[in-house]
Amino acid sequence: WQNDSVQKKIRSAFDVFDHEQNQTVDVREIGTIIRSLGRFPTEAELHDVIAEIEEEEPAGFIRFEKFLPTMSRILMENKLRPVPEDLLLQAFEVLDQQKKGHLDPEELSRYLTQEGDPFSQEEMEEMLSAALDPEKNLIFYRDFVSMMTADEPW
Amino acid sequence: MGCGVTKGGEFHKRYDKDGNIISVRISAAITIRAAVLIQRWYRQYVARMELRRRYTWNIFQSIEYAGQQDQIKLYNFLGYLVDNFTPSSNERNLISHIFRENEVCRDIEWERFFDYRHIEVPDIYSGPRLTFPLNADQAADLVEAFRSKQQLHSRYVLQLLGETWKLLRVLPNINRISTCHSKEITICGDLHGQLEDLLLIFYKNGMPSMEKAYVFNGDFVDRGKDSIEILLILFAFLLVYPGEVHLNRGNHEDHIINLRYGFTKEVLGKYKMHGKRILKLLQKIFSWLPLATVIDQKVLIVHGGISDTTDLALVARVDRHKYVSSLRPPKRRISHSVRASVDSDMDEDLVGSKYSILNRRRASLTYARPFPARESFQHRSLQDFSSTVARTMEEELEIRRRQAAMTRPGYSMSCRNLNTSMLSPSSSDSLDAFENVQNEWKQILDLLWSDPMIPDGCVPNEVRGGGCYWGPNVTEEFLNKHSMQLIIRSHECKQDGYEFCHNRKVLTIFSASNYYEVGSNRGAFVRLGPDLVPYFIQYQANSMTREMSVRQSLRRTEHSALKVLREQLFAHKSDLMSAFQQHDKENTGLISLSDWGSAMSQVLHLDLPWRMLRSQLITTTTDDMLDYHNWFRNLAIKEKSYEHIEQTLLDTLYKHRSTLETIFRIVDTDNSGFISFEDFRQTWKLLNAYLKMEISEESINDLVVSIDTNKDGNIDIDEFMESFRLVDKNMLERGKSLFMRRSEEYDGPQDETTNQPPQTPTNKEGGFLAPP
Repeated sequence: WQNDSVQKKIRSAFDVFDHEQNQTVDVREIGTIIRSLGRFPTEAELHDVIAEIEEEEPAGFIRFEKFLPTMSRILMENKLRPVPEDLLLQAFEVLDQQKKGHLDPEELSRYLTQEGDPFSQEEMEEMLSAALDPEKNLIFYRDFVSMMTADEPW
Repeated sequence: MGCGVTKGGEFHKRYDKDGNIISVRISAAITIRAAVLIQRWYRQYVARMELRRRYTWNIFQSIEYAGQQDQIKLYNFLGYLVDNFTPSSNERNLISHIFRENEVCRDIEWERFFDYRHIEVPDIYSGPRLTFPLNADQAADLVEAFRSKQQLHSRYVLQLLGETWKLLRVLPNINRISTCHSKEITICGDLHGQLEDLLLIFYKNGMPSMEKAYVFNGDFVDRGKDSIEILLILFAFLLVYPGEVHLNRGNHEDHIINLRYGFTKEVLGKYKMHGKRILKLLQKIFSWLPLATVIDQKVLIVHGGISDTTDLALVARVDRHKYVSSLRPPKRRISHSVRASVDSDMDEDLVGSKYSILNRRRASLTYARPFPARESFQHRSLQDFSSTVARTMEEELEIRRRQAAMTRPGYSMSCRNLNTSMLSPSSSDSLDAFENVQNEWKQILDLLWSDPMIPDGCVPNEVRGGGCYWGPNVTEEFLNKHSMQLIIRSHECKQDGYEFCHNRKVLTIFSASNYYEVGSNRGAFVRLGPDLVPYFIQYQANSMTREMSVRQSLRRTEHSALKVLREQLFAHKSDLMSAFQQHDKENTGLISLSDWGSAMSQVLHLDLPWRMLRSQLITTTTDDMLDYHNWFRNLAIKEKSYEHIEQTLLDTLYKHRSTLETIFRIVDTDNSGFISFEDFRQTWKLLNAYLKMEISEESINDLVVSIDTNKDGNIDIDEFMESFRLVDKNMLERGKSLFMRRSEEYDGPQDETTNQPPQTPTNKEGGFLAPP
């Protein structure tokens, strides 16, 4: 029944990161696991979840038995909801004040590394390597959005 | 177009004279919201990529370990031949030649074998013309020549090999070197014939010189396409800088392993006239390669690893050249070998219904790996084929009688090997000699084949069939006993090119980038200075990867992994069908997705996230139910001419491809690349009997006829193996011709932004992955 398939989904995702096959994952992978289950937490929301499932004495790992109930609830109650793709495009358009259809890397970097849940330098570089058109040195965000939204979530 | 803002927002639009918006000034709050949205999305995207990267890696590793069973199957099959056929039979003769002692034994005769002087080099030859003794310039020229895709003339190859052999003979088993002499020492791991990686290393780090010492930690050959060039370069530098360049033997420096993993084929292809001689000499040279290197008496460098019985003092004393191949232990005086017959059903029942405790306890530190329980190979007598081949009928019968008495279920491993009571009543001398040889043999196997594991302890490495899995406590004891601080080893592919384990006391270094597929992993090398603090440099060869984004690279790797996985599915079609039918008692032709997952797991014994892979492997479902007959049809198509061949035969062929190929190459005694019909049928019949398959004579004949495309009574081994590559039906239909070859091969998805020509696949022998 519904709950069972949700559990299996969570189990699957967890297992991919359970390298020692001992029902634990590194706490630093929790964000990746939650996101790979189709959720879109902000950094703050992520911290809240981790705080809830951590061991009393934080030991750097998270146990499946603590992760499962919390994650089940998130999925069943549709928390940390997916963001619709069209909003993503609009977000870029908001930043593109002059409606050029593209952004230059400096301005995008400024926004993303200084505002909201700021990107680290590494994240920014990684994003640019995927988003930047190397010849024109611009980000054609419409294409980029298509790329990011292309793969179906689990 | 809205700005996604309906309330509380402030924005000021400016218009041009035609009424078009030319700019909009937005409030800070909205900007922040936009940024947050993008960030959330992007992190989501990265997480999904990461997941795919992980399970793609899992696929490669799982299949690699499943593929290792092929090696064990080969051993078992050869054992079966020896056990069940008399020495004089045709069947035994098919393979007995590889176990015969080298006909050329004495050194003087070897020197004659190395004789290159009568080989003339034509004027048109534009490659390097070496003069000996070699100097640094010549070595550098050789590198350049190979970079420009030239080939060294066989005369110089033989000369170079001769000189190398002379040098190797005077080297000790364990190289002992010091950082105070050459400041920094660079250590490289597996290269596996990937010349591009070696060139990249030299480019980044400089070539070997008086100031630049190198240790190359084995597995120079097999799988990649430029193994001989790598060897020639390494040997050249060894000759020029014998004090600065050090080579350790790897498990692939072994002529029988080379038969399976491509080096033999490469040499015969590149050196049509003198290839066989070159191979024979390399056989000798490999056996003379040192076994380990020690730096400053503190760091041990060895290809595989250690075991709880590793004793460096003993290792230093052995006659290493007696150990020519891990498939051929040295001949013993004693003619009896004690073995229990191997139930051939074990082959198919490799995994059984449960995993051994090891499966749950052992995992690589980064990526989990499954493996099934198996009997310890190293105690199994692949041993002593050479002497059993020479046995008389009487001896043979006597042994079988004893075997029959001994064989019973659950026969313990420890009895099997050194069961002295079963040996002929010879003197205690030969008994000691026997034990010594066994012990030395184990020492060497352990050094070349072992892998580290996470839990404490030391258990036989049943996946590879040689060496051990050793735990952190064994490392600790070993280092204490030998007053050392670090073990550097190779042997296992690591995604980042290197990986620490055992509390940073064991370092794995792997230098073949893109090992599984373009983009699958980086290679690395490590530098050690007098402080013995490792400094890593990572790289990835292949210009395509550098230009591809992470996403494109991932797609390519993923595609490749899925292709390999589909081959596995196809190879197990019959078993999968049965499993599906178990879940479909009413024969509706449909099963639930969850049952599909269970069946996959159960039949393939690959510990993969089947749920995750579902969307990649299943394209259409009706109400969450899968039409499994249809699914198989869409999975792949097979060679048209085999359509009339019965499925079970094909299944078997797919499953045992690499074993078959190796056996063919062994049977092909003159290494011509062809075997006769008769030999093929014989081999096939034997395999058939061994596997207890119910395949009719007729089917085999049909098969033989259909593959003899030249109709000349000979089977081209390469062609035969090629025809067993699966074609992805979907790709075919979508006409992805850019990457297709001979309408059968394709290398990857058509990447939208790259217009590069299809890259030549690194030729992995047998199509299945096998251990480095």
